[in-house]
Amino acid sequence: MAEDWTEGGFGLYIHWPYCAAKCPYCDFNSHVARQIDQAAWTRAYLAEIDRVAGELPGRVLNSIYFGGGTPSLMHPDTVAAVIDAARGRWTFANDIEITLEANPGSVEAGRFAGYRDAGVNRVSMGIQALNDADLRRLGRIHTVAEARAAYDVARTRFDRVSFDLIYARQNQSLANWRAELTEGLAMAADHLSLYQLTIEPGTAFGDRYKRGKLKGLPADELAADMYDLTQELCEARGLPAYEVSNHAVPGMESQHNLIYWRYGDYAGIGPGAHGRVTIREQRFATETQLSPTDWLQAVARGSGESLRTPLTGPEQAEEYLMMGLRITEGIDLRRYAALAGDPLSAEAIAELESLGMIATDGTRLAPTRQGRTVLNAVLAKLLAG
Amino acid sequence: MTDLSHIRNFSIVAHIDHGKSTLADRLIQETGTVKDRDMKEQLLDSMDIERERGITIKANTVRIEYDADDGEHYVLNLIDTPGHVDFAYEVSRSMRAVEGSLLVVDSTQGVEAQTLANVYQAIEADHEIVPVLNKIDLPASDCDRVAEQIEDVIGIDATDAIRVSAKTGEGIHEVLEAIVTQLPPPKGDRGAPLKAMLVDSWYDSYLGVVVLVRIMDGVLKKGDRIRMMSTGATHQVDRIGVFRPQMESVDELGPGEIGFITASIKQVRDTRVGDTITHERKPCAEPLPGFKPAQPVVFCGLFPVDSAEFEDLRTAIEKLALNDASFSYEMETSAALGFGFRCGFLGLLHLEVIRDRIEREYDIELITTAPSVIYHIYMKDGSMFELHNPADMPDPSRIDRIEEPRIKATILVPDEYLGDVLKLCQDRRGIQLDLTYAGNRAMVVYDLPLNEVVFDFYDRLKSVTKGYASFDYQLTGYRADNLVKMQILVNEEPVDALSVMVHRDRAETRGRAMVEKLKELIPRHMFKIPIQAAIGGKVIARETLSALRKDVTAKCYGGDATRKRKLLEKQKAGKKKMRQFGKVDIPQEAFISALKMDT
Repeated sequence: MAEDWTEGGFGLYIHWPYCAAKCPYCDFNSHVARQIDQAAWTRAYLAEIDRVAGELPGRVLNSIYFGGGTPSLMHPDTVAAVIDAARGRWTFANDIEITLEANPGSVEAGRFAGYRDAGVNRVSMGIQALNDADLRRLGRIHTVAEARAAYDVARTRFDRVSFDLIYARQNQSLANWRAELTEGLAMAADHLSLYQLTIEPGTAFGDRYKRGKLKGLPADELAADMYDLTQELCEARGLPAYEVSNHAVPGMESQHNLIYWRYGDYAGIGPGAHGRVTIREQRFATETQLSPTDWLQAVARGSGESLRTPLTGPEQAEEYLMMGLRITEGIDLRRYAALAGDPLSAEAIAELESLGMIATDGTRLAPTRQGRTVLNAVLAKLLAG
Repeated sequence: MTDLSHIRNFSIVAHIDHGKSTLADRLIQETGTVKDRDMKEQLLDSMDIERERGITIKANTVRIEYDADDGEHYVLNLIDTPGHVDFAYEVSRSMRAVEGSLLVVDSTQGVEAQTLANVYQAIEADHEIVPVLNKIDLPASDCDRVAEQIEDVIGIDATDAIRVSAKTGEGIHEVLEAIVTQLPPPKGDRGAPLKAMLVDSWYDSYLGVVVLVRIMDGVLKKGDRIRMMSTGATHQVDRIGVFRPQMESVDELGPGEIGFITASIKQVRDTRVGDTITHERKPCAEPLPGFKPAQPVVFCGLFPVDSAEFEDLRTAIEKLALNDASFSYEMETSAALGFGFRCGFLGLLHLEVIRDRIEREYDIELITTAPSVIYHIYMKDGSMFELHNPADMPDPSRIDRIEEPRIKATILVPDEYLGDVLKLCQDRRGIQLDLTYAGNRAMVVYDLPLNEVVFDFYDRLKSVTKGYASFDYQLTGYRADNLVKMQILVNEEPVDALSVMVHRDRAETRGRAMVEKLKELIPRHMFKIPIQAAIGGKVIARETLSALRKDVTAKCYGGDATRKRKLLEKQKAGKKKMRQFGKVDIPQEAFISALKMDT
């Protein structure tokens, strides 16, 4: 029998930890540095690719994803070296997707051609909002005009361009969002990520929120209405949701992110990158050194990995369920049962189905639109049995 | 054995925090009963809970040897009585075992309601009372005012009240002298048949049941065969001794003496506080008056939070019951809470102490259901039964009338809070019996239904008076009133553990408050949940908890899997603490919080 990860494919995630500025809502592993030694970083990435490939030989690589941080601060040569090294160690799938997250600034736009020449075939741009006041409030350093210009450049350089918007922002009304999203949809190519603003502890917004200083955030009811509106507008434009916050023209979904949600294997390289890798039939959760300097030093000593935890069958099943129910295609019930050792509770499924939260044909289990909006509760119910 | 004329037996009457335990410590230390290096605070309070809360639950005793200024050697026996109203009967027995009391009043505070109740017990026991004004080292001390208050409120002469600081030791010698010169020696006949009072008893893991006794007549020796007069049970005394305060064996205890015996008694239940102990062979003719078996007055359900811990809870309750005859229990099944126990207590403090001990000593998390009193249900067929649990309420059409227990509550409060206190009592269906002033403090006496008091009355009283009120009560009897059982329905199904008995006129208000509270306490579910209060089939209050509309993580990619899984696992553990009722999860705190009233 094929190993479980093959159901989801295999991807490589490269984490670039640097940003030009730190955004107040962001809880990703990102740092602001004055000087970055691109050559040192290139050497470290290549060393890690060698190490990881040594443990995962003979694989077909479905995707590479440069995330961050702000990977559009990487020199195109650095990106090219990483892609070449990966090509040297694994077989690239014919339809390999190579994505790079980009800031929509003019400087970045100048590097787009270089990224394309390096092998990048998809960019995901953090536009976040389509009005300048909100961009400033979100701590973004670009303006709407700059973003539009950068986006237009990207469209000419890459086949596939996606961008992110953040909604349910402070003092945002349903009408505001309708207008903004309509504008966004007019710009959109074949993929959009639309995130509700989440206040994460440990971020600047999180601190402000704790002190009661972050006012005007929409209540649950309004946030839910915004979500519903988002679904309607996107469907009408031919960009239905294929995941909680991701919309695409059918067939244009992010292959890389689908690996996560389909619970495939992914190697995580770079500071604070997580991985799920199957080595000799055992699946591990891997983590690397969080701080950029620590990571560079660790790589120099032989490995950037800081933690490798074997995952039990039930743990994998839990992860498969919580990732898999994010996407509209849902999960394969037999695959879940094989990992968990036990099938999901028929009673819980029946109850959730009667509430209109999930749909099942006996083979697959998928969330309904309503179920996706309360996915945490759906998961809790399924896992409680 | 000590001659009667050289024995003094006494207790200390004081309000919590007025320094009873510190004074006792000081007397023990001053007479050299315990060496300085062995001193620890509150020597006599042996349980953690007693020490932490500064309250006394079991009677404790210590024998103090004292060389008085008259050159004579005296034996002083101090019985430290429980200070709380829940233990009023135990207090009354301890009082009968001694001849005098020190009335300790904090000279910065004045007389409190609890002091009053206990001092009346002392007066009733014909005690000689020596007033002691404590905490004179504090700047706020006002001895003249407090002495005057003692005379006004209690009606005893306080001109010669001894002024002490138990903290610094000032005045302690004077207290010892007053005990010797002002308190009467005990009476008793060494030649008469044995007559001893069972003052208290407890379980000791090494010795088994230890019985605290006061000898009235006769002599008790090791090896004697004794009879408990209330039950007729006989035992052989295998150990006899006194407390200094650690146990010390003696050959015999004679009239007027206080000490302990062990007699291979298996359970504390087999010993009844207030019982008379005599010799099997040559018994005394009459038992001591005033014996009463323990009667629980407040009932509630105790359920384990984790239903897998039911057997552990059973073990814990059985063990505690071995050591506490006043605590009753029987198994209870609740549709909402699963298996647990319906337990009876002497009062709310007793309930809290038992609950704390189960949680602390046995490490079992508990759900406590709303405390209830015993209702007398008179049926149309002329029969009557005691209702301990609203869930057992019979069909109302078969009921003739329901009677509920009433209390006489005494509240002392600074006059600026009097209005709030009167309103609180009024809201709780109280009938004012008396209102008097002593200085700037008012004393109000109310006739109140016990049911309105058992739950959160004391908390409310403390909150409306910023902690300045003191409160005490005694049961007065039963009276019929328009009482009904109110049910709470969550998602159309009655939740038995939330059923309460209420007065019909207050049902709407209570019902409304409860459903509103529950709406806040129950988390939103994937469907909307009606929450209703109903009497019989009639809904009197209703709220709807709207369905959860949004609960999803916006971003979840490869790097989030681990964190998200751990979050889910935490959620799963949290769900264990909820009780599933039909399709609805109700958090455990809802079972108590729903009943708290804001007025």
